[in-house]
Amino acid sequence: MTEQATGAHHPQPRARNSGGSQQPATVEHVTGAQSLIRSLEEVGADTVFGIPGGAILPAYDPMMDSSKVRHVLVRHEQGAGHAATGYAQATGKVGVCMATSGPGATNLVTPIADAHMDSVPLVAITGQVASKAIGTDAFQEADICGITMPITKHNWLVTDPAEIPRTIAEAFHVASTGRPGPVLVDIAKDALQAQTTFVWPPHTDLPGYRPVTKPHAKQIREAARLIVESKRPVLYVGGGVMKAGATAELKVLAELTGAPVTTTLMALGSFPDTHPQHVGMPGMHGAVTAVTALQKADLLITLGARFDDRVTGKLDSFAPYAKVVHADIDPAEIGKNRAADVPIVGDAREVIADLIVAVQAEYDAGHKGDYSAWWKDLNRWRETYPLGYDLPEDGSLSPQQVIERIGRLAPADTIYAAGVGQHQMWAAHFIDYEKPSTWLNSGGAGTMGYAVPAAMGAKAGKPDRTVWAIDGDGCFQMTNQELVTCALNNIPIKVAIINNGALGMVRQWQTLFYNQRYSNTVLHSGPDAGAAAPGSGSAAGTRCPDFVKLAEAMGCVAMRCEDPAELDAVIAKANAINDRPVVVDFIVHEDAQVWPMVAAGTSNDEVMAARGVRPDFGDNEDD
Amino acid sequence: MSKHTLSVLVENTPGILARIAALFSRRGFNIDSLAVGVTEHPDISRITIVVSVESLPLEQVTKQLNKLVNVLKIVELEPGSAIQRELVLVKVRADNETRSQIVEIVQLFRAKTVDVSPEAVTIEATGSSDKLEAMRKMLEPFGIKELVQSGTIAIGRGARSITDRSLRALDRTA
Repeated sequence: MTEQATGAHHPQPRARNSGGSQQPATVEHVTGAQSLIRSLEEVGADTVFGIPGGAILPAYDPMMDSSKVRHVLVRHEQGAGHAATGYAQATGKVGVCMATSGPGATNLVTPIADAHMDSVPLVAITGQVASKAIGTDAFQEADICGITMPITKHNWLVTDPAEIPRTIAEAFHVASTGRPGPVLVDIAKDALQAQTTFVWPPHTDLPGYRPVTKPHAKQIREAARLIVESKRPVLYVGGGVMKAGATAELKVLAELTGAPVTTTLMALGSFPDTHPQHVGMPGMHGAVTAVTALQKADLLITLGARFDDRVTGKLDSFAPYAKVVHADIDPAEIGKNRAADVPIVGDAREVIADLIVAVQAEYDAGHKGDYSAWWKDLNRWRETYPLGYDLPEDGSLSPQQVIERIGRLAPADTIYAAGVGQHQMWAAHFIDYEKPSTWLNSGGAGTMGYAVPAAMGAKAGKPDRTVWAIDGDGCFQMTNQELVTCALNNIPIKVAIINNGALGMVRQWQTLFYNQRYSNTVLHSGPDAGAAAPGSGSAAGTRCPDFVKLAEAMGCVAMRCEDPAELDAVIAKANAINDRPVVVDFIVHEDAQVWPMVAAGTSNDEVMAARGVRPDFGDNEDD
Repeated sequence: MSKHTLSVLVENTPGILARIAALFSRRGFNIDSLAVGVTEHPDISRITIVVSVESLPLEQVTKQLNKLVNVLKIVELEPGSAIQRELVLVKVRADNETRSQIVEIVQLFRAKTVDVSPEAVTIEATGSSDKLEAMRKMLEPFGIKELVQSGTIAIGRGARSITDRSLRALDRTA
């Protein structure tokens, strides 16, 4: 039962690939490190975020000479990983990050896990100790392939320099095709130092990797039939539509069918927020109309979404009347959480394009769905339970208002990157996302600290676009060091710190579910400062840290805004600065809460529009 | 819960067993038995996994296994149409009085005596887990000093081979 028994360490398992085929014209004699950089050039990696160290050091020497690969020297490897993610999400290309062995590599674990949850194409390249030292607990050794096994789509340990071009080609292929995801290539130091040959393109060899992109015609016809037969359909759209570049097709399908559209947190921008058929974001903090539409629907047309628990709430009471069409490029997602009546494996773009044709064929045959009664319900909910917020009575800044005004005043096509927590939900609600890849966030993993480095990566990939990081004061204190990177590398992002002096989302739960006992959620004062009591209003606190001074020390322009009367002027000033990163410390009311809300573990039928306010759908007779 | 036997063809690469074992533990699937070995193709190993799951989780198991880049093919072998075998080596306490009785049991189960010493005999047997269990029960009264048992390996009945198509896939990339 041991692996050795299988002959796993067969000396030349891939020998079959070396012979037979024609040899490309040029064979370059290079070091493994040069081979790595040449490979990155060939796959089109124009930006790498990373930090050198002992084991990866050989790679940094030829990196210096490359005119095609720009290396951005970050301050922490976690920043490199999230930056590569932000770059990938903003550009649609593969993000690349690089780190040395041991702690350098383990610092990439969080962003790799994050990218895995959100299906972001990412290639992480790590140095490893020399191959002879592997397994000896050598200095700065960590089994990063073992560590990242459950959070990568695949990973490779390279000890033979001849394998470098093939591995890099395969890594980029696996990361970017099928359901995208992070991969890791761990290269032993001696492989980087050794002499080898570089040949491009290399022979790739992935017999076990064959993503299905073309949907089955019969399933498409069946889905179209359900669409025209249904009375209360909902297009439930997830991040897969964005990744497939299928937003134009989605608009056509939506307008052809006239069905309501709900876009998940990962799909905001894949369908214009202001489109009349858009009923909002579903889920725990979704719009009442979107949550309720799913609960009352008789058909879910699920496109590139995965029935995440934050969308479904209590699974066995989610969308109880709905048949389910589930299209996803990952077969394992279909039927994982919710059984599908019509499973469709395929690329969202091809699925939607085929659905358009099939639905049109149903129309031509005289079958058309009538959703007018459904829209009457939807519009009534929309009018009765719109997203909204109250301004604080004490005249302090409302966090929702700050975020809404940033969205209104920012130039067209601005990219927003949010951290995780209340500000993330408010940014999802109160900024209108009209185009794909303008909303970047950590959805599946919920990684605090994502915003600043992801915004940096997005700006590096899209230097002509305005990039706003909408961050919380908790998140900001996790990864703000990358502002130094931004300042020194001409990556002028803008950061809005929605500063309520607390871990706001956790505090909200303590307010709602823990009797207002605020254990360890106050950030701007220590445990002895009893004054920071609940309901004290302004979040001025101790001003520790002073984010203005902190940002200035890191080479940014910094401002503070506490007065609603100055809000627009401060945002306009921030928008006008494009030669340096800008940080604005918005001191907001600490008691603002995210609504609507479905409490964790309860049914989406229990959605609360506001605290203590359960929407009346005319079904409350039994209450 | 019912038992399912999965034959998983994998690329013969380092770490593949760890990938599969980690996948099972991460997704909360229990492995009843696991056996890894060579196939007729030097680049392909075959892993036989017996799992106790309902049919829906089984579908998740196979779909998640299929996502592993080094996994080439997964086939569920139905008990009726496949031959399943385990191997056991068992050391039984034996003296001049009991040895002949033990040898008799060995013959009944079509097992083999592979080592004899004044105090013990070592028996080798192959068969289904039921048969081996039955033999173990018969031997227990004599005193089992040591027992080692392999995981199940299985192969489908008839002329068809589950490796044919996978081999072609490998050859195409060559």
